[in-house]
Amino acid sequence: MIRLKNLTKIFGATTAVDNVSMEVGAGEVCVLLGPSGCGKTTTMKMVNRLIEPSGGRIFIDGKDVTEVDAVQLRRSIGYVIQQIGLFPNKTVEDNICVVPDMLGHDRKASRKRAAELLEMVNLEPAAYARRYPKELSGGQQQRIGVIRALAADPPVLLMDEPFGAIDPINREVIQDEFMKLQAALKKTVIFVSHDIDEAVKMASRIAIFKAGRLVQYDTPDNILAHPIDSFVADFVGADRTLKRLRLIAVRDAMAENPPRVTAQDAVETAIALMESHGHISVVMVGPQGRARGFVRLEALRGKKGVVGDHFEKLPSVIDIDDNLRNAVSRMFTNDQSWLACVDASGVYQGYITQRGITHLLGATYRDR
Amino acid sequence: MRGRALIWKATPLETLNFAIANWSQIVARGWEHISLVGVAVSVAVLTGVPIGILITQSRVAADRVLYVAAIIMTIPSIAFFGLLIPVLSPIGQGIGYLPAVIALVFYAQLPIIRNTYTAIMNIDPALREAARGMGMTAFQRLREVELPVALPVIVNGVRNAVVLNIAIATIATYIGAGGLGVFISRGISQTDPRQLITGAIAVSVLAILADLGLLLLQRRLTPVGLRQS
Ligand SMILES: Nc1ncnc2c1ncn2[C@@H]1O[C@H](COP(=O)(O)OP(=O)(O)OP(=O)(O)O)[C@@H](O)[C@H]1O
Ligand SMILES: [Mg+2]
Repeated sequence: MIRLKNLTKIFGATTAVDNVSMEVGAGEVCVLLGPSGCGKTTTMKMVNRLIEPSGGRIFIDGKDVTEVDAVQLRRSIGYVIQQIGLFPNKTVEDNICVVPDMLGHDRKASRKRAAELLEMVNLEPAAYARRYPKELSGGQQQRIGVIRALAADPPVLLMDEPFGAIDPINREVIQDEFMKLQAALKKTVIFVSHDIDEAVKMASRIAIFKAGRLVQYDTPDNILAHPIDSFVADFVGADRTLKRLRLIAVRDAMAENPPRVTAQDAVETAIALMESHGHISVVMVGPQGRARGFVRLEALRGKKGVVGDHFEKLPSVIDIDDNLRNAVSRMFTNDQSWLACVDASGVYQGYITQRGITHLLGATYRDR
Repeated sequence: MRGRALIWKATPLETLNFAIANWSQIVARGWEHISLVGVAVSVAVLTGVPIGILITQSRVAADRVLYVAAIIMTIPSIAFFGLLIPVLSPIGQGIGYLPAVIALVFYAQLPIIRNTYTAIMNIDPALREAARGMGMTAFQRLREVELPVALPVIVNGVRNAVVLNIAIATIATYIGAGGLGVFISRGISQTDPRQLITGAIAVSVLAILADLGLLLLQRRLTPVGLRQS
């Protein structure tokens, strides 16, 4: 979709971008990552020709960008910057519709689209469409900045540290909203960041830059698991394996179809079940299959009656759509070596163990 | 010495009587004054705003233009009128309305050019960056973003120019261009404090009214999104 070929930019004595070649597939989010001054912004701005390359070429859908009029090209590429740059003299909806208006799209249709986009980022159109930028919080302004870039439905989106100026809590929220938008709209995105956590969260692929050169271009998990050199390893951090946890969904790491008991089951049945599976505890479910508690083999030995007389409460459970980072955090908080995994309605789906997670993270090293 | 002594002797009542008796004259001279300033400032806006915009493209040009405009401001107005006499005499306009307007246009340039230039230069670079990145042409950026945002400051420059011109136009009577300065010059030459004071007050009132009027205009032209709440 976007292909950079031997792209170079020289400013006087500085080589800002040095012979960079890479490809961003359609619908992918490519995060350009690296320390300050490594050429991320310069690389990105050459795509919409805000900066003209000193050498090399850029193709979008196979077409060389220099063959398109620069103004037309920019109108077909969404553009979001850290400083947001909402026009203070225009209302929120007029800001959103700047590009559709320039392209001569039907005003009514584009205003309607603006309202839809506002809803997608949780801003009530009736309350916000007619406001002016100064009447919005920083986070709200940045949301408008993002949907403004999407208003004319461009296939390509360029974002330069779009969430860099937002406080950490709000940043997470906006990142999540953006990922939801992206899941629905499937744009091809080049996203500049210098925050490894943000990159890991958003990227299909991460491009790590150092002094104008592309040093590694790979999936977040591979970057974290197999940094190509000490520079990348240092940049992604000593805790890089912990960061990988966030990339794995609980549902992909859990043991499925786990054994289970109900409150009416006899103690002997539960003991036999655990012994046959080699488990030291088992989850007790309710009539609908919801996780209600658990019993421990050790505690049941020599006991009489049914499971319902002896069960203990589960200190916590984890949603199967959550990631392993949160799962592990929950285990540590409650001093558990395993967690029951439930779906959105609380139905018991499987379990994860600390050992299982360790094994899963280690797989990539064993395979090599 | 004698003139000043006389001023002290003119009672407010005498001056008031003079003003009432010559009301139609005052109004007529007032209109002349307004016409001089109105035409001059209009022309100055048509030249000064584009110049102010153009010089944002080049630091060197901006420095030079603003320097020249500042020099012009320091020329005593009476000397400026004098300078224009030989220039315009060949077309038979050495004195009167035309040279007065031309001089006023020059005096009005500095505040208008300077405010236009400053306003546009002070626009948040992020706005320009976003506008460019979204595919606005230079002209669209100017029309959609830069001018609307700069407008309050530009109008403020026009306000300064108008007040300045109202004061300077008082001298235009010496090259026969009329205006409220007529009362003042006659008051001096005829040692008639009533005329002198009438003229001075009329000029002040005109300046204050123009200033207030333009302040209202400035508020109205400020985009809603930029107004102080
Ligand atoms: N217009 C310019 N003129 C001269 N040098 C420039 C220009 N723009 C960028 N540079 C230089 O090129 C290099 C790369 O700059 P760039 O803005 O691409 O960095 P970046 O990776 O985006 O950094 P940051 O994370 O700080 O935004 C830097 O050394 C910078 O000083
Ligand atoms: Mg940058």
